[in-house]
Amino acid sequence: MFYQEAGQFSTRYAQDRRVFRLRQDRYGLVALLLLAFVGVPYLGNDYWFSAILIPFLVLSLAGLGLNLLTGYAGQLSLGSAAFMAVGAFATYNVELRVPGSPLLLSMALGGGVAALVAVLFGLPSLRIKGFYLLVSTLAAQFFVTWALTRLSWFSNNSASGVISAPRLEILGVDLNSPVGRYLLTLGVVVALFWLGKNLVRSELGRNWMAVRDMDTAAAVMGIALLKTKLLAFAISGFFLGVAGALWAFTYLGTVEPHGFDLNRSFQILFIIIIGGLGSILGNFLGAAFIVLFPVLLSNLVALLPAGLIDAGQIENLQKMAFGALIIVFLVKEPEGLARLWQKFRERARLWPLRY
Amino acid sequence: MLKRSLLSSLALAVSLSVATLTAQADNEQYFPLQSYRVGPYAAGGTGFFGGFIDYLKYVNANGGVNGVKLTWSECETEYVVEKGVECYERLKKGLNGAPAAATNPLSVGIAYATLERSTADKLPLITINHGRTDSTDGSVFPYVFPLQLNPYSEVSAIINYIGQQAGGLDQLKGKKIVTLYHGSPYGKETNEVLQTLADKYGFKLTLLEVPHPGNEQQSQWLNIRREKPDWVILRGWGVMNPVALKTAQKVGFPADHIIGNIWSNSEDDAAPAGAAAKGFIAITTHPTGTDFPVLQGIQQQVVARGNGDLADPKRFGTVYYNLGVVNGILNVEAVRIAQEKFGKQPLTGEQVRWGFEHLKLDDARLKELGALGLVQPLQLSCSDHEGGGAVRFQQWDGSQWKLISDWVQADRALLRPIIEASSHQYAKEKGITPRDCSQDS
Repeated sequence: MFYQEAGQFSTRYAQDRRVFRLRQDRYGLVALLLLAFVGVPYLGNDYWFSAILIPFLVLSLAGLGLNLLTGYAGQLSLGSAAFMAVGAFATYNVELRVPGSPLLLSMALGGGVAALVAVLFGLPSLRIKGFYLLVSTLAAQFFVTWALTRLSWFSNNSASGVISAPRLEILGVDLNSPVGRYLLTLGVVVALFWLGKNLVRSELGRNWMAVRDMDTAAAVMGIALLKTKLLAFAISGFFLGVAGALWAFTYLGTVEPHGFDLNRSFQILFIIIIGGLGSILGNFLGAAFIVLFPVLLSNLVALLPAGLIDAGQIENLQKMAFGALIIVFLVKEPEGLARLWQKFRERARLWPLRY
Repeated sequence: MLKRSLLSSLALAVSLSVATLTAQADNEQYFPLQSYRVGPYAAGGTGFFGGFIDYLKYVNANGGVNGVKLTWSECETEYVVEKGVECYERLKKGLNGAPAAATNPLSVGIAYATLERSTADKLPLITINHGRTDSTDGSVFPYVFPLQLNPYSEVSAIINYIGQQAGGLDQLKGKKIVTLYHGSPYGKETNEVLQTLADKYGFKLTLLEVPHPGNEQQSQWLNIRREKPDWVILRGWGVMNPVALKTAQKVGFPADHIIGNIWSNSEDDAAPAGAAAKGFIAITTHPTGTDFPVLQGIQQQVVARGNGDLADPKRFGTVYYNLGVVNGILNVEAVRIAQEKFGKQPLTGEQVRWGFEHLKLDDARLKELGALGLVQPLQLSCSDHEGGGAVRFQQWDGSQWKLISDWVQADRALLRPIIEASSHQYAKEKGITPRDCSQDS
């Protein structure tokens, strides 16, 4: 009833090709953006900004980075955290060694360096596929962490190897407060999601999907595999690199190589599996699930009177509950949360009718 | 059915939490605990926070701090940085109106990530026996306290001990010392300062890295055998420690010439190596055991009444547990000292910080606390946030640690310029103007 497309006609082809063809979707998006940019900064508090919203946004972006590579181009990878680390350290070094470099430019350059590293580790994808590729990207994971720990040049010879973030400032506006960090993160993430959404609808995106579905057929049709696959690695690396820089600078404020270990790569992989492979919205849903659910559980548990359950047990119980939830969701909808949303939308368009 | 029982249990939880909310007392001082009881470092976390909580309970059982009761709540970090940050943000506001006194994450990573937040929120960050070395300079890091021992003091004290054994620091000339360190930021932190000490005293230093996690050290120890050093300093972590001891035995290096550092000094580091650990020496800032009056008090008033925090009562009096007690003593004493200035009431983090900066524990006070010999005498100031810088040496006799030395001081005058150079560089990067400590009272 509220979600009807009756009466919405396309009079030009361009209108039919829009990302959001339905008026309700467009209004919804505008409302959501207004809420995120204007409403939340007024309503939220430090805890929400620093502990929940920023990691949620950054991990959504990291999910998008991996989703472009795995969900759209079909190349499995476990090197996501390594590319994030490269992005974070490269951004730091640009800030450090190029005085006066604007923050956003440093981040873009950091993403660029991550893209180059990703291409390097993406080279095996030309010969190997599937799980074998997954294993070869593990090399990136171990090599990058090792190199960043081993070569102290990357961390400016800091004794502990832990670097702290530069002051966050864009065009003289100080962004060091939690709200400022949130807005900076949100701005970058929204811009990159806009880019990502348009990428997967472009010729390149279609090539990726062709390669994902059957690369021999794609090659026969004249799609250059080398270029397509390496571009997937590069662009994915760029997104992950920027996510890494945000993680280090707007979220934690420090960065050490071990913050980007294999667990982080798995976390990002789970985000896109739970959220939905080959879906843009899925990255947000998956990140929300992975980031928010444990926090919600542990906040709920904190409401229990102290001493009811042993503190160590509670933590393990939470882990079990979280694991069980993942299983329930994946059994209920193997294609991820994005698919659930899609189904809901289809229903809503017909509602109150059933068919 | 399931749904109904779930709902009713949720309702129960909510009503209970409402009940606890209404039962708030306004004369309470709150300690936010970013604890870790699961994950790979759970052994350290349960011991440390167990000791800390038991001490707070002990203080409460004796009427609190000048009548102000202590309260706390835990948030699990699993030693993971972002969880620690989440916990920090969640707990920093205090509990039911009781203001937070200080945070004690016992994790280098979490400490680094909350360092700037703590300064902005005016909440002291306590990194007992670890943390960022240059935060010793309180003029640049007003809210960070690497109490008792920072990493530089740690190695300096070890070198001084080796000098003592040789019959004077001038005898170090020509000696060979190998440092076997964990391949992580933590492990590498002291390499530079060790080199400085080697240049000063003329001993030959060899640095050998063991990649994380360190469960294979054959080649490093073969190197050591070839080198035939006088001493090996073990800067290990977790599984690396017992493996080092076992491998040392295999290549025939005597365990009583291996000195473990502050993260290689617990029962869990020595015991798994079995007979190979016998004779192993390690530093400690606090002896193990239960002979101290304060531990006896905790035993009688908390543990014996079934309120102890440890799941395994056998761990009472172990290295990590006693560290928790020591940490509790230092925190509570800071609150007590701050109360003398700001009144006997719950204090803000800023006021407690003043207490930490004026923390002074001499032998007389330690005796009153029942902690003489457990805690080193220490005095903090605006510019010195470490205070102590002394360690004792202990030796593993095959089943427990035995003290073999009195307090050995680090050469803090030598380290101070290095620390200040680093803190001033930090101040420059961040645009901080260091406080003038001569003006501060």
